[in-house]
Amino acid sequence: MGKNHPNVDPYVVSRVRALESLLLEKGILPPDAVDRVIQRYEADTGPMVGARAVARAWTDEAYKRRLLDEPKAALADLGLDYALLMVVENTEAVHNLVVCTLCSCYPWPVLGLPPTWYKMPAYRSRAVSEPRTILREMGLEVAPEREIRVWDSSAEMRYMVLPRRPVGTERLSEAELVPLITRDTLIGVAEVRPSPTPAR
Amino acid sequence: MDGVHDLGGMQGFGPVEREENEPAFHAEWEAAVLAMMRAARGRGFFNIDEFRHGVERMAPAHYLRATYYEKWLDGVTRLLLEKGVIGAEELAARRAFFESKPDEPATAALRAPLPPRAAFNPGRIEDVIRQTGAIPRFAPGDPVVTREIHPWGHTRLPRYARGKRGVVHRFHGIHVFPDTNAHGRGEQPQPLYSVRFDARELWGEAAEPNQAVHIDCWESYLRPGA
Repeated sequence: MGKNHPNVDPYVVSRVRALESLLLEKGILPPDAVDRVIQRYEADTGPMVGARAVARAWTDEAYKRRLLDEPKAALADLGLDYALLMVVENTEAVHNLVVCTLCSCYPWPVLGLPPTWYKMPAYRSRAVSEPRTILREMGLEVAPEREIRVWDSSAEMRYMVLPRRPVGTERLSEAELVPLITRDTLIGVAEVRPSPTPAR
Repeated sequence: MDGVHDLGGMQGFGPVEREENEPAFHAEWEAAVLAMMRAARGRGFFNIDEFRHGVERMAPAHYLRATYYEKWLDGVTRLLLEKGVIGAEELAARRAFFESKPDEPATAALRAPLPPRAAFNPGRIEDVIRQTGAIPRFAPGDPVVTREIHPWGHTRLPRYARGKRGVVHRFHGIHVFPDTNAHGRGEQPQPLYSVRFDARELWGEAAEPNQAVHIDCWESYLRPGA
C-alpha cells in the first residue's frame, strides 16, 4: 500500500466478505465474478484504446479530424462502441486537463482503471482551482501563454486529451508511437516524451 | 447535497501523491467490491445516479479517509439495505462471522447451496442519451448563469460553479437528469451542455492567470446570461 492508503478500515475485509457471502447466496454475485474482474482489469489496464487513437491521429490527419469531431465513429474504427467520449486537443495555445471533482468519473473504456491519485481529494479539489500549480508539482511546467483548460466531468460525458506529438518522432510509425503515449498524457498531467518512460 | 464529496476548490489537501507502478488492485477485496457493484448494477437494483448519491451520503469524516473501494462498499451496502435486497440482521450476522474469522473466504459463511449462475458483465458503459426531440434552449456562444441551488438531494452542479456566469461551448444531446433519477423520480431527460467558465469568475482574485473550466450542465441548471 502506498501513501494513498493511509487508513484502510481494519474491518473492511470482513465487511466485504459479509456482503460477498450474502450476494453469492442470493445468486446476485456469480462465483467467478471476482476472478473475471481481476483478469479483465489486470490484463486490460492502461491506455490501450486511447493510445492507439492518439497514435493514429498523429499519423493520419483525416482520422484526427474524425476523432475530434465524431469520436464515436473514430473509436468504432478501433473496435470500441462508445458514444460518450469527447477528445480535447492540446495545441500551442491550450493545455487540457481532465478531472472529476464530484466523484471520480474517468474514461475507463479508453484508459482502463483510474490511478489512485486521480480519485483522491488532493487532485479532485485542486485541479479546478490551481491547475498550473499542481501540474508544476507533478513535473509539468505549462508555459504562461498557454491557456489551461480544465474539464470537470460532471455528467456522463468523458474526456480524453489528445496530446501534442513530440519533436523527434517524425520518423516513427503509428505502432512505434503507441508505447510513448502514457495514461498520464491522456489525462493531461504529462506531455508525451520522444522516448518511452517507465509507467507511472 | 452540499456534501464533502463536492471537493472542487477546497483547500488543504496537500500535494498529489503518485504511486509508481501502481497495481490494478491493491488487494483482492478491492476487486470483490468492483465485482459486487457491477453485479448489483447489472441486476438493476440501483442506477448510476442512485449509486453516486449512495456514496455521497457516507459520514463526511469517513468519506475523506476512506479509499476508493471502501467508498464503493459503503455505497453499495447502503443501497442494497435500503432496497431490501439484503437485511440488516443477516448482514450484521455475517459481519460478526468474518470479524472472528477474517481469513476465511466468502463461501465459508454460506447458509444455502449456491443458486444457478447469473449473467455478469465486468465492464459497463452507461446509456444515458435519450432522443426525446426536445429543442435545446441554448446554443454555443450563448451567455448563461448557473442557478444558486442547494438541494438536499443529489445534484451534479458543483458548489464552486453555482451562481456563476459562463458561455455555452457545446450541446451534448438530451441526457438523463441525475437530480431526479437518483431519487426514483424518473429519468426526466433534458439538454446537456458543456459550459465554459473563466477561472476569475470562479475564484476571483485567487484565480491563476489564463485558465478556464468546462463543466457539463443540464439545462435546468442554467438561465440566460446578460
